[in-house]
Amino acid sequence: MATQQIFSPLPGIFYRKPAPDKPAYKSDGDVVADSDTIGLIEVMKSFNEVKAGAAGKILRFLAENEEPVMAGQPIAEIDV
Amino acid sequence: MAIEKLLIANRGEIAVRIIRAARELGIATVQVYSKADKDSLAVRLADETVEIGPPQASKSYLNQAVILDAARSTGADAIHPGYGFLAENAEFAAAVEATGLIFVGPTAQSIRLMGDKVAAREAAAAAGVPTVPGSQGRLDSAEAAFALVERTGFPVMIKAAAGGGGRGIRIARSAEEFHHLMPQAQAEALAAFGDGGLYVEKLVEGARHIEVQVLGDGHDVIHCYERECSLQRRRQKVWEEAPSPSLASAIREQLCASAVALAKAVSYRGAGTLEYLYDDRTHEFYFLEMNTRIQVEHPVTEMVTGIDLVREMIRIAGGERLRIHQDEVRVSGHSIEVRINAEDPARNFLPNPGTVSALAVPVGDGVRFDSMLYQGYTVPPFYDSLLGKLIVHDKDRSGAILKLRRALAELNVEGLATTKPLHEALARDADVQAGCFHTAWLEPWLESHAATLAAPSPAAKVAP
Repeated sequence: MATQQIFSPLPGIFYRKPAPDKPAYKSDGDVVADSDTIGLIEVMKSFNEVKAGAAGKILRFLAENEEPVMAGQPIAEIDV
Repeated sequence: MAIEKLLIANRGEIAVRIIRAARELGIATVQVYSKADKDSLAVRLADETVEIGPPQASKSYLNQAVILDAARSTGADAIHPGYGFLAENAEFAAAVEATGLIFVGPTAQSIRLMGDKVAAREAAAAAGVPTVPGSQGRLDSAEAAFALVERTGFPVMIKAAAGGGGRGIRIARSAEEFHHLMPQAQAEALAAFGDGGLYVEKLVEGARHIEVQVLGDGHDVIHCYERECSLQRRRQKVWEEAPSPSLASAIREQLCASAVALAKAVSYRGAGTLEYLYDDRTHEFYFLEMNTRIQVEHPVTEMVTGIDLVREMIRIAGGERLRIHQDEVRVSGHSIEVRINAEDPARNFLPNPGTVSALAVPVGDGVRFDSMLYQGYTVPPFYDSLLGKLIVHDKDRSGAILKLRRALAELNVEGLATTKPLHEALARDADVQAGCFHTAWLEPWLESHAATLAAPSPAAKVAP
């Protein structure tokens, strides 16, 4: 089994939930398909979905909900 | 009590604008900033600076307690909220005054009243200001709704009382359509929101967005004439001008008088803007809402009237009465402002933060650039995309458009894509040159001009 990182495509604020009162898209240990959304990046008030990009199991999130992230920063690790 | 030290509870170009106005009045400035803004132009310019938290606005620019602490620790006697963030937060305005400081803006009571759409509409009606004809409250029966639309005329919008954000809106263009759509709308509202209550409102098609600038001191109110901001994308203004190219002078006087009547009725204090829809075929105008703050597009009013709105609002907050009589407010020439945003028009306005690797700013008579940029500045991704505003003033509208084209050609921002190519294309458009547009004009225009906007502009290649 290989470990692959999911990188933030944009700089901004990382959100793990679609809305503050909604559950997280994914949790540590969840199985994901490559087209699954794992979070949102807010850049200049516009929201962009982050896809898993590969099928596998999320080992852990590397960025917290509402954490500022840079483009190219790893935000999660998955087992593919 | 004259203000001696002013804290600016905002960021970006408006923070720079406020620092400049304060300095011209001999007032010291305190700039609060988030970690992401430590290299901002406002921080470089201010006399004192205080870091107030992490990049997220909810933990910095919206953190009332930390901002009030910063005011106390620096000995500031007033807080200017700018626009956005806490500018229209009644609770914050009240907290500032409860701390013994001056809030540069209206009373908390005015903010609360105008922030409540139903209360604002009632205040307008009481002051004799026309609002969009429609139901005063919810309608629970189709009969009551039909009795109303017989008075307003068609087309009308049928809206779910419990809806929002455009959900559950239907448009009826005739009595037949209305009878057909009303039961559908009721059933859908009940299913979607568990509430079958509806509102009915006249649909003003092809309306223009015109707004009136007012200045009040809590006793007297004057107007500084109007701005037209009909060129909008996703309800965001992109191009604003003064005066409106579409108003006859008799209508202009009625419109501005109505704004003064409403602002006087609520004893308004500070700078404010009353927004209207204007139907240029029937010459009817309808009050939409009042913004109880300085607006992004205030410079076009300053350019045509010669009144420095930011300085005046600071003087009023310091306890001065209005220094300008209505008879002294005169419009001279024409002014246009375009918003330079960090968005790429070639890629569907994708936000585009980055580092400004080179910057050339246009100058010359009647050209103004209110911005937060400097060469080497890295635009953070955490806030809105407004980098600055290019403002021009000339004898008349066609002269202002030519000057805008000249100034845009001189403006060069390298390192990140901006909305400059959009404005170059708009300034060359025949409808824009003729002043023939309305609030729903720009979005279809963007679709039909997508290819033009995607191509690199010829002006960019010969940038100075």
